[in-house]
Amino acid sequence: MARIAGVNIPTSKRVPIALTYITGIGDTSAKAICEAVGIDQTRRVNELSDAEVLAVREHIDGNYMVEGDLRREVQMNIKRAMDMGSYRGLRHRRNLPVRGQRTHTNARTRKGPAKAIAGKKK
Amino acid sequence: MSRSVWKGPFVDAYVLKKAEAARESGRNEVIKIWSRRSTILPQFVGLTFGVYNGRKHIPVNVSEDMIGQKFGEYSPTRTYYGHAADKKAKRK
Repeated sequence: MARIAGVNIPTSKRVPIALTYITGIGDTSAKAICEAVGIDQTRRVNELSDAEVLAVREHIDGNYMVEGDLRREVQMNIKRAMDMGSYRGLRHRRNLPVRGQRTHTNARTRKGPAKAIAGKKK
Repeated sequence: MSRSVWKGPFVDAYVLKKAEAARESGRNEVIKIWSRRSTILPQFVGLTFGVYNGRKHIPVNVSEDMIGQKFGEYSPTRTYYGHAADKKAKRK
């Protein structure tokens, strides 16, 4: 059981994989962390000594923005875009794709499940 | 892909000229521009630009957060009021 960066408890997986369970740590940064702390990438989390876990934890605390802080920052950025009256903010407000994708079809991730249109199709 | 740094930010020359003129004179006037593609520079903060959207000039009060974006971001070009609340039973 290893607690790193707050609530995350990834266990019997390889270290670089387990680290990606933390919001804000992806494949690349997970590998970079292993390298920086000097942990072989084939080792698993439950094989780590307490000192190594501590080293990983400190490395993340010192160098990465993760979890709540990261989520808050993203939310703040979105809110700022909305308050500025920019096109990007407007798209956020309407829950439509922000980066210029088409909306004639698709865009279901942003728009949610398709709604039937009354009276269409004979 | 983002623009190369060595090129510097792109701004149409007339925007710069107009902004400078407004700075020196008694401010507070809307600077009409058509150049939606120009980058908002730090020295534009506090000025008001009328950014053309194809129909009219939308007044944009430039704040610090807007630096680095384009003027067009703040002057929507489309009008859309949503779909009409269906004329039901018409097709049944």
